[in-house]
Amino acid sequence: MFTQLVDGIFWDIALWVFAIGVLWRILSIFRVRGKPDLSEPRGSALAGAIGANLSRFLPRPEIGYRTRLHVIAGYLFHIGLFFLLFFAAPHVLFIEAETGLGWTPMPYWAFIISAQLAFIGLMLLWIHRVMHPVTRLISSADDHIAAILTFIVMLTGCMALIETFEGLRVLHRFTVELLMVYFPFSRLMHAFMFIPSRAYTGAWFGRRGVKA
Amino acid sequence: MSDSLTRGLEAMRAQMDPGVMSYLSSCVRCGICAEACLFYTETGDARYTPIHKVEPLRKLWKREYTFWGKLAAGMGLGEKLAEADLADWEELVYDGCSMCGRCSMVCPVGIDIANLIRKVKVGLAAAGFSPPDLVEAGKRAFESGSPMNVSVKTLEATIRVQEKETGIEVPLDVEGADYLCLLSSGEIAGFPEFIGSLSKIFKACGVSWTLSSDYFEATNTGVQLGDMKLAATIIERVIAAAEKLKVKTVISPECGHAYTTIRWDAPNIIGRPLPFRVVHIIELLDELRRDGCLKTEGITEERLSYHDPCNAGRRGGVLEQPRKLLDMVAPNFVELPESAEMNWCCGGGGGVSSNERANELRLQVFSAKKRQLDAARPEGLVTACSNCRHMLEDGLEDNDMHDIELIGITELIAEHLVADTKQAG
Repeated sequence: MFTQLVDGIFWDIALWVFAIGVLWRILSIFRVRGKPDLSEPRGSALAGAIGANLSRFLPRPEIGYRTRLHVIAGYLFHIGLFFLLFFAAPHVLFIEAETGLGWTPMPYWAFIISAQLAFIGLMLLWIHRVMHPVTRLISSADDHIAAILTFIVMLTGCMALIETFEGLRVLHRFTVELLMVYFPFSRLMHAFMFIPSRAYTGAWFGRRGVKA
Repeated sequence: MSDSLTRGLEAMRAQMDPGVMSYLSSCVRCGICAEACLFYTETGDARYTPIHKVEPLRKLWKREYTFWGKLAAGMGLGEKLAEADLADWEELVYDGCSMCGRCSMVCPVGIDIANLIRKVKVGLAAAGFSPPDLVEAGKRAFESGSPMNVSVKTLEATIRVQEKETGIEVPLDVEGADYLCLLSSGEIAGFPEFIGSLSKIFKACGVSWTLSSDYFEATNTGVQLGDMKLAATIIERVIAAAEKLKVKTVISPECGHAYTTIRWDAPNIIGRPLPFRVVHIIELLDELRRDGCLKTEGITEERLSYHDPCNAGRRGGVLEQPRKLLDMVAPNFVELPESAEMNWCCGGGGGVSSNERANELRLQVFSAKKRQLDAARPEGLVTACSNCRHMLEDGLEDNDMHDIELIGITELIAEHLVADTKQAG
């Protein structure tokens, strides 16, 4: 019964909440009218927007040392998660079954490495969040819920590798559904919103002839 | 809800645009911005984390622009922005932020945090939570045209002294001149030789320019305060003076904040394009160099470094020009570590210098600049902002760094003008 719900109606609900929620968040921002910049540009806003979207994937060397733990943990987590999400064999098979689009999954050993990187990164980031005075001050319940939910999803995902035990796959899918429902209403939205955010800043600096 | 809070909330609501909402939606509370902020790195106090200074705006956004916030508000729950929040944040935002924008350069999701802090200032100013010194400076700017009450008579007396020293007439109220040069009160009072240097360079290059007795002030205290009505009034005064003299271009003097305000912000504050071009004096000097009419002779043997004023450089784009000018006269030039768009602030931008309450903190965070200077060991420090120069003077004095000479870049160039053009014939 629970398996049917998780594979059926729960999944449909989660998918719709995720899709509509994300769209609603994005549209609610862009339906607010912005004002055009009336100053005479010195450089290209478009080039600035594209440039910032690319350059901000790398940390500024000037603060690299001071933020080394954060930056390394951030890379470990995001790169690990990216490979787990899109190249873990069960995910590739699932996406192929749902959409008809398939690609070569990563081998088992790469899955293990990706999972380890993601776990280490996430745990380091969370420890930093609760230990460092700055992140402790500026963090809210949302940050902790998002981190814990992501951790649980990753943990159940690894457990689900024991494919003979169907219950673990169902448990993983259920936690993914919880995360999908939570996603649009949380800071996890940064996964989409970093693009316009970088673009606005890049365009602002680009007009002024500054590389941001 | 008090009138004060209502005004503050209204002012902040008016600041919400897709950019601001994207910023607030993308922040992951990583705190990396803290490591770029001299108020945090030099004090170790987490409250100075740049994104934390935006908290009043974030609280408003969360309650009124997000699903959970609206739901909670509808049920009478959730965090409300209270007058106490604004009162608490006044010191943090006005004393603990020089609007240098270094934080905006390092945010991994690309938030222009300085821009958000400025919007908080607008809300605080509307609610009446601004430092008394800055409010008084604003009143003086509104009433007398100068935040330091520098009158036209004082300007005229300064001009006379400079004319006597250089032997060159300083043009005042010349209709049809190509350039109108603004001055900051701090410059007139503290570095009047800037005017003499201008007249020497412009005479040598055959530049048609003038000052205006109707309005000469470059500083926009309205922007520093977050009082956009005052900011617009000051901009309109500049426009009226420029239109009366029918100039084509307005020159921002050696002041970073003044430049960013009149060059980049002014059209957006008044809601229409400016009827003239705006250049920073350093941009103009570099244009004259490029055109071949600015010629220098001799070099300074001193080991010179350049302090980039945050608003002219990082937030204004005048980064290459001063270096090209220094190339002409300073072969022993040495870059400060973390210079140009990542330069450390002098600590006194964004109105901090006019806010006596912040003096102790400002001098404390000067240690970031001291570290740069200790590493580069320059004999002279050149800059292009009179406010930075005042702040650097204070900081060097406070740290017993008497061996570093402070130099304005316009004066440095004027000192090296080709001999036959230095004096009037």
